[in-house]
Amino acid sequence: MTFEDAVFTFFAAVLLGSAAMVVTIRNPVKSALFLVLAFVSAACLWMLLKAEFLAIVLVLVYVGAVMVLFLFVVMMIDVNLAVLRQGFADYLPVGGLVAVLMVAEIALAVGPKQFAAGRLAHAAAHVAHPHYSNTRALGILLYTTYVYPFEIAAVILLVAIIAAIALTMRRRPDTKYQDPARQVEVRAQDRMRIVKMRTEPKA
Amino acid sequence: MSELTALWGNLPVWSQLLLWDLVKIVAIVGPLMLSVAYLTFAERKVIGYMQVRIGPNRVGPRGWLQPIADGVKLLLKEIIVPSGANKALFIGAPVLALLPALVAWAVVPFTSTLVLANVNAGLLFVLAVTSMGVYGVVIAGWASNSKYAFLGSLRSAAQIVAYEIAMGFALVGVLMSVGTLNLRQIALDQAGGFWHWLFLPLFPLFLVYFISGVAETNRAPFDVAEGESEIVAGFHVEYSGMTFALFFLAEYANMILLSALTAILFLGGWFPPFDFAPFTWVPPLVWFLLKVSVILFLYLWLRATFPRYRYDQIMRLGWKVLIPVTLVWIGVMGLVIFFTPWAFLFYR
Repeated sequence: MTFEDAVFTFFAAVLLGSAAMVVTIRNPVKSALFLVLAFVSAACLWMLLKAEFLAIVLVLVYVGAVMVLFLFVVMMIDVNLAVLRQGFADYLPVGGLVAVLMVAEIALAVGPKQFAAGRLAHAAAHVAHPHYSNTRALGILLYTTYVYPFEIAAVILLVAIIAAIALTMRRRPDTKYQDPARQVEVRAQDRMRIVKMRTEPKA
Repeated sequence: MSELTALWGNLPVWSQLLLWDLVKIVAIVGPLMLSVAYLTFAERKVIGYMQVRIGPNRVGPRGWLQPIADGVKLLLKEIIVPSGANKALFIGAPVLALLPALVAWAVVPFTSTLVLANVNAGLLFVLAVTSMGVYGVVIAGWASNSKYAFLGSLRSAAQIVAYEIAMGFALVGVLMSVGTLNLRQIALDQAGGFWHWLFLPLFPLFLVYFISGVAETNRAPFDVAEGESEIVAGFHVEYSGMTFALFFLAEYANMILLSALTAILFLGGWFPPFDFAPFTWVPPLVWFLLKVSVILFLYLWLRATFPRYRYDQIMRLGWKVLIPVTLVWIGVMGLVIFFTPWAFLFYR
């Protein structure tokens, strides 16, 4: 077993272990934290494959932003586990079916066919090049060959953001809010009046 | 001595590499921890003089041993775990806060030759690692089983996520200008006189980066996560002894990290401000440390000068001022680079 194999085995074991903990542990906050650990281990595995851009972006986006907001929500709501458990047997057939479907889809997408020896030789030759930069290679592909799919995906995300804001924003007539522009424009004479008067009335 | 070299030669290659890397890591973390200790001392002194006081001057000559005394005191104090707290996470949170602040130093270059790992995606790595620092704060707030701590951690999480966006956009401007993610290369592109430094063409982004940096490290005037006047001490209200000290170390290590990054990205890294005789005699490392110290002084100056922001104003500044400024400036840069003859201003 080489050093690389040992590193792979370690992170793969941590990834599988934490993924199992995500679904089995009772406390939802701990479950979210185990999901974070699973993401970090997956990022380390990608790093071993020299896919450093994907690895770093996984940590940056999912660990650094998405999971923080997720944790934010999970911490604030009080999850009642007893209620969650009630429907377990009822949902089992449907859930099982979805799980089987997903496993089949994953097998189709990343099955042994796609990883046949001949298919990977081309990619391996690229990666072995001393000046190979995964970030650069992905960037060039995204902005040349795949520029339209990339832009369309960006627009779809933008639409989703605006839709989410439009759906959740309610203007209540009775809320008090400040307008910073008006606050800055205020001058002394708008707020106070200087009155000249004697210190003491005349005797 | 010869026995030692023979022993070294007998070790397998991977363990030689591992040991050598460990030595390098100690050579970075050791001085860093010392700087953190003396940064706390500098802070108390600087703020003291700004408020017409003297500051700590009792322990050791002119008070120089004060940070050591503070460290020993914190080491000896009892670590109290509140009842109803989640013990494992309560103890783990300070470690999670300090870890990213130290890991990010792996890719920070001190001079063109002095860097632990000269990786191609260095800037992305720093962004990813520092974005994990928020977990320490969030977990500390939740595991403490205290309303004050929880409020502090919620404030901090929202604030850090908001300012990370502005910070990322400011870095996009740097990337457009230099065309590389390698921190060493970014600094090398700014060689030769301060008029080559990136803070001039990217001045708005430089300001946004610095302000977001102050907000990211939860420093005054953005320190609502602590907010002692409203929520006592925020996320670390339940922490004592060494666990509290780790949060303290993390905050100051993050300050030094962000100052070093500002120096590398915008202020020409280790290059002197003028590329002629008396300035080039000074070693590059000294220039780098000097720039980092100036930016650190700015942090202390800000703390002594500004009152704390109100929470809604922090959110307004982040989302409605800093992010639009960066977006507009990136757009301007793109247009200038592609459609006008002044592309040399931004692009090198």
